[in-house]
Amino acid sequence: MAAFVFYLFAAAAVLGAAMCVLQRNPVASAMWLMSTMFSLAAIFILLGAELIGILQVLVYVGAILVVFLFVIMLLNVARTSSDLRGPASLGATVVVAGLLVVELAALWQYTPRRLAADIAQAPAFADPARVFAAGAAARQATAAQGVVGALAAPLFQTYLVPFEVTSVLLLAAIIGAVVLAKRNI
Amino acid sequence: MKGFLLLSILKMLFVFTVIMVGVALLTLLERKVSAWMQNRHGPNRVGWAGLLQPAADGLKNILKEETYPALATRTLFFLAPAMSFIPALLLSAVIPFAAPLPLDFDFALGQLGRFAWHGAMPMVVADLPIGFLFVLAISSLGVYGVALAGWSSNSKYALLGGLRASAQMISYEVAMGMSLIPVLLLSGNVSFGAIIRDQQAGLWYVLPLFLSFFIFLVSGFAETNRLPFDLPEAESELIAGYHTEYSAMKFSFFFIAEYANVVTVCAMVTTLFFGGWDIPGHWDEQGGVLQTLATGGFFFLKLMFWIFVVMWVRWTLPRFRYDQLMALGWKVLTPLALAYIIVMCVAIYLIEHVAGLTDPTLRSLALFGVNVVIGLLVFGLLDSGVFIRGADRRPAASEVVG
Repeated sequence: MAAFVFYLFAAAAVLGAAMCVLQRNPVASAMWLMSTMFSLAAIFILLGAELIGILQVLVYVGAILVVFLFVIMLLNVARTSSDLRGPASLGATVVVAGLLVVELAALWQYTPRRLAADIAQAPAFADPARVFAAGAAARQATAAQGVVGALAAPLFQTYLVPFEVTSVLLLAAIIGAVVLAKRNI
Repeated sequence: MKGFLLLSILKMLFVFTVIMVGVALLTLLERKVSAWMQNRHGPNRVGWAGLLQPAADGLKNILKEETYPALATRTLFFLAPAMSFIPALLLSAVIPFAAPLPLDFDFALGQLGRFAWHGAMPMVVADLPIGFLFVLAISSLGVYGVALAGWSSNSKYALLGGLRASAQMISYEVAMGMSLIPVLLLSGNVSFGAIIRDQQAGLWYVLPLFLSFFIFLVSGFAETNRLPFDLPEAESELIAGYHTEYSAMKFSFFFIAEYANVVTVCAMVTTLFFGGWDIPGHWDEQGGVLQTLATGGFFFLKLMFWIFVVMWVRWTLPRFRYDQLMALGWKVLTPLALAYIIVMCVAIYLIEHVAGLTDPTLRSLALFGVNVVIGLLVFGLLDSGVFIRGADRRPAASEVVG
């Protein structure tokens, strides 16, 4: 049952991503991207990460894509012709697509066991036993601390300093955007 | 498992029917309330005292011709009403509307197999552990229907309405989300069930978190695009805003969505700040069929009160100007919500860890004392006219930055 639901949403996600690239109308592309985000949220929820799934919808679908749509509607990009034609663009397309195919082929060899072995050898922060014990760590944390607590405890206790540094970085980006957009405040 | 499925389907049917019939009757109620406030009779020709007016409206809208504007983006024009309607309906799935019902059955139905359920059944379609985060996420999707309807109509008025709607809904979503963080801090949980239990043990959250309630209610009006924040469809400026080009049933889908959103926001206010289905006292916590029925009825009464308040406000207050709307959202409500979070963090920490008050009622009373002080300060400041100016004190043209 879970596998069936997973493949259903995985197919929907891939279809949405493909249609997002293939559509000519940018608003339709944004809508297909939205369907991909929803499918990803469903897969997160299937994995027991309800909070991440909901944040996926809240942040990407609810905020970022709305801003996309806003910009697309105001700019009315639909009228401009595509400038991705011609031999130079075709060459670049083939190169990038080829690289991605090679990467996909390389990833195909990554079984969970090999990934766990690689992580164990690397000087990483994560303990592979905690990550790959069939999601047992996540399940235990959720049972002990609740859905939100399982995410909040590592974020605001273990990794508090990186989290705060990231927020300062984002703040700097926001201030930079405001300064660039509005010369005379 | 099958018992759970059966109960879920029954609850879905129940909630869907109640919401759809309720929304139809709300359109009548709105016209009756407005008539009452304007000293008229309101619709009174169809059925007893106009009770069948929604059915007549529905029939008219189904039989009317569906028009498509020339050069409209057909697919999106067709999808937009559904996209504003579906999120509104989805939300009703997570709000608990009565005390858990004790059930005990075990029977077999031929080919279908055995249906069994033992214990208390939560009176909510989906008892999600993420609770009202789901509501925040899904309610943020309502903007798509409005924005796409405006864009795909290929009409200037509709586009302006759609753009206004997206700007307004994104802006007020921030204040709405922020205003709920103190609720999280106090209850220590995001699921509706836990929040209601905490309010049963102590006081209803409207007392210890009054300012949250105020910010949530104001941003709720803005999120549902109701007066005094109905700028997306301001008829004196934009004809009808985003649904200018819509006719027949597609038009009425926008109306169903609006009223379903009103029901959801009122249900959220009831659940988060007025105890949900809680009846004061401890009688309703014993569990039993009678308790479920009584709490369901009490929830309905609270819900109807808030729906009435929404209508009352609509027929009382004039519409905001657009710059006032944005100033209220970004310069008043959002900073207020942020400051309130900080004050509440400190207050809850001091009360629970320094003063050592762990009894829910005492804790809530102490927070209520803090809120009286904050409320007097905030409303005194808002009333002084420094942040929001009335129409008689319009800014000079040089002051307006656009």
